[in-house]
Amino acid sequence: MATETLTIGKALNTGLRRALENDSKVIIMGEDVGKLGGVFRITDGLQKDFGDQRVIDTPLAESGIIGTAVGLAIRGYRPVCEIQFDGFVYPAYDQIVSQVAKMHYRSGGKLNIPMVIRIPFGGGIGAVEHHSESPEAYFAHTAGLKVVTCANPQDAYVMIQQAIASDDPIVFLEPKRRYWEKGQVDLDAPLSDAYPLHSARVVRPGTDATVLAYGPMVRTCLDAATAAAEDGRELEVIDLRSLSPLDLRAAYESVKRTGRAVVVHEAPSNIGLGAELAARITEECFYSLESPVLRVTGFDTPYPAARVEEEYLPDLDRVLDAVDRTFGW
Amino acid sequence: MAKGDPGGTTRSRRAAPRSRKGTAGDPALVQLLTPDGERIDSATGPDGTEYRVDFTDEEYRGLYRDLVLVRKLDAEATALQRQGELGLWASLLGQEAAQVGSGRALRAQDMAFPTYREHGVLYCRGIDPIMPLGLFRGVDQGGWDPNEFKFNMYTIVIGAQTLHATGYAMGITIDGKTGTDDGEAAIAYFGDGATSQGDVNEAFVWASVFNAPLVFFCQNNQYAISEPLERQTRVPLYQRAAGFGFPGVRVDGNDVLASYAVTRTALDNARLGQGPSLIEAYTYRMGAHTTSDDPTRYRIASEVEAWQAKDPIARVKAFLEKQQIADAGFFAEVDEQARRESVHLRERVLEMPNPEPVTMFDHVYPNGSPLLDEQRAQFSRYMESFEGSAH
Ligand SMILES: Cc1ncc(C[n+]2csc(CCOP(=O)(O)OP(=O)(O)O)c2C)c(N)n1
Ligand SMILES: [Mg+2]
Repeated sequence: MATETLTIGKALNTGLRRALENDSKVIIMGEDVGKLGGVFRITDGLQKDFGDQRVIDTPLAESGIIGTAVGLAIRGYRPVCEIQFDGFVYPAYDQIVSQVAKMHYRSGGKLNIPMVIRIPFGGGIGAVEHHSESPEAYFAHTAGLKVVTCANPQDAYVMIQQAIASDDPIVFLEPKRRYWEKGQVDLDAPLSDAYPLHSARVVRPGTDATVLAYGPMVRTCLDAATAAAEDGRELEVIDLRSLSPLDLRAAYESVKRTGRAVVVHEAPSNIGLGAELAARITEECFYSLESPVLRVTGFDTPYPAARVEEEYLPDLDRVLDAVDRTFGW
Repeated sequence: MAKGDPGGTTRSRRAAPRSRKGTAGDPALVQLLTPDGERIDSATGPDGTEYRVDFTDEEYRGLYRDLVLVRKLDAEATALQRQGELGLWASLLGQEAAQVGSGRALRAQDMAFPTYREHGVLYCRGIDPIMPLGLFRGVDQGGWDPNEFKFNMYTIVIGAQTLHATGYAMGITIDGKTGTDDGEAAIAYFGDGATSQGDVNEAFVWASVFNAPLVFFCQNNQYAISEPLERQTRVPLYQRAAGFGFPGVRVDGNDVLASYAVTRTALDNARLGQGPSLIEAYTYRMGAHTTSDDPTRYRIASEVEAWQAKDPIARVKAFLEKQQIADAGFFAEVDEQARRESVHLRERVLEMPNPEPVTMFDHVYPNGSPLLDEQRAQFSRYMESFEGSAH
């Protein structure tokens, strides 16, 4: 069994390579994805090996990227579109929400748009505006789209391939500040045996409180759990992985045991994923809850200047503070 | 001849037939100062417009001073980024003439809409070069009042500002501020890559339909990050204008005189009520896209060297020397001023304070919001809970 230590970025690159090898209909397209290999090098080397008909540097137009990918999909291709940064997806928003999301429905199920829209998302890299946003709620709110995100190299490698193989249009959010984090990746396990794409996973078992996170916040919550354990408190951390549809079976089971739940995301709280999670957990686990479900999120401001992003973003202390508050209720 | 080479002598080029068909790299362009520093009296645009400038010696020296200062301040910002004092910098290296030429062509009442690279235009507007550095240092969002400076905030989302400029220009018309010599005009800056964006094409349509007093100023620096011009267009960019119904002209963007001349004419046409036009300033991005970029991955050194020979500053210096408009003392004095101003800039960047975290809640809405008030209060209490601790 070939197990290698890879970064999340390299795992995605390797997963994309596998997808290109396994299915001649897979096409990668986006700005600077060719010679440059993308600004984060996630497509590094792919154009060289698969040619510029399968790894396409597009003109600088996001609506064009997604709109032409719809046409390619109608013709039987499986486009994997890269949006360079979260803040630059909005010129394509109309195509994604009004076209990509609805084609299957409008065709009465006769047409699939098996498209993957890869978006590096989230903050923490000291960037200028538009480079640190968390737009997941916009997509998760849209019927017809699925939304997933990975938090470790193994998942990155497997989930990108699963997303490409899926007939659903999928927004694939990549935790950009974690691109360089390393982990073991089993490169040989067959995709058919892999953990299902749209399922959450307990990444640290615990007994005292349940912490739900996804993408870049999973690492933050695992660190918080380590710190809490030193104080004698065992947090169960769940990586949601799929934001739409949500898989809350593990969360319900966990909260029924712990009686406490904290939801963590970088995106602002107002009308966000956390609100949906809190509502669903409250409905399902009402009689087990010892405290309300609490949210630890970015604030309801535009993403702030880089020098204050540390205070804006949920960190270990804010997660632990929320956990404390669930105990003080 | 290398792609896009404006050629040594342009006299025969000026006589080139107007209908000349070109590829995206067609070298036909308006030039008034050759790379060797030879002055050309006048140049003809594709629609027959004659371009010339009539500068005093003092004005020539002023343009040279601008070019040197703008380059030096830019180099200082790049150095500051390398030393960790800025998060990012988008250098204008190589594009000084396009920016100084067009920037000096603006009149006080004209309004500019920049991208993130127009530090030279900003300088020519008389704005303190420290102003955009807050954005790149990460201490603010580039927050200045566009109306105070007649210079909009930098716009990072590619192409968006071209629509803003169009709307602003429509407002000029509605206000009745066109039709006279002292009328107003607007100018929208954008890159070659931006011409692919829907927003830019919509701006072309709107400006045309509403006859907006607007100059579209495209700095074609040959690249959109790693993608060469050929990925955005198969016709010379200035020719796009024709399809939208307004004139387009390609100017040697490394020639400050020609850049000035075409922009002045386009702005004056706009302020007189003759509608929009497109200027393609044919130039080259000598540096990386930004300090995050590594251009060795996608372009070859010989291409950069070929453009080095067309440097926008060297040709002005050669001209000033040949015509004895400036002497060694002048050049030394300009260098010294550039050095002083860049040191001054550096000192002030290092002194830029980090914002108080709680200020991130400010200015989200003119009328505030109860949700934010609550979050601000919670945040303050939370931060206070660490006071005295090592946090
Ligand atoms: C809508 C949008 N998409 C992508 C980007 C990322 N990006 C920043 S600069 C750039 C290239 C711009 O090229 P060009 O318009 O030629 O301007 P230049 O940087 O060369 O001055 C890209 C793709 C962005 N800022 N905005
Ligand atoms: Mg460019």
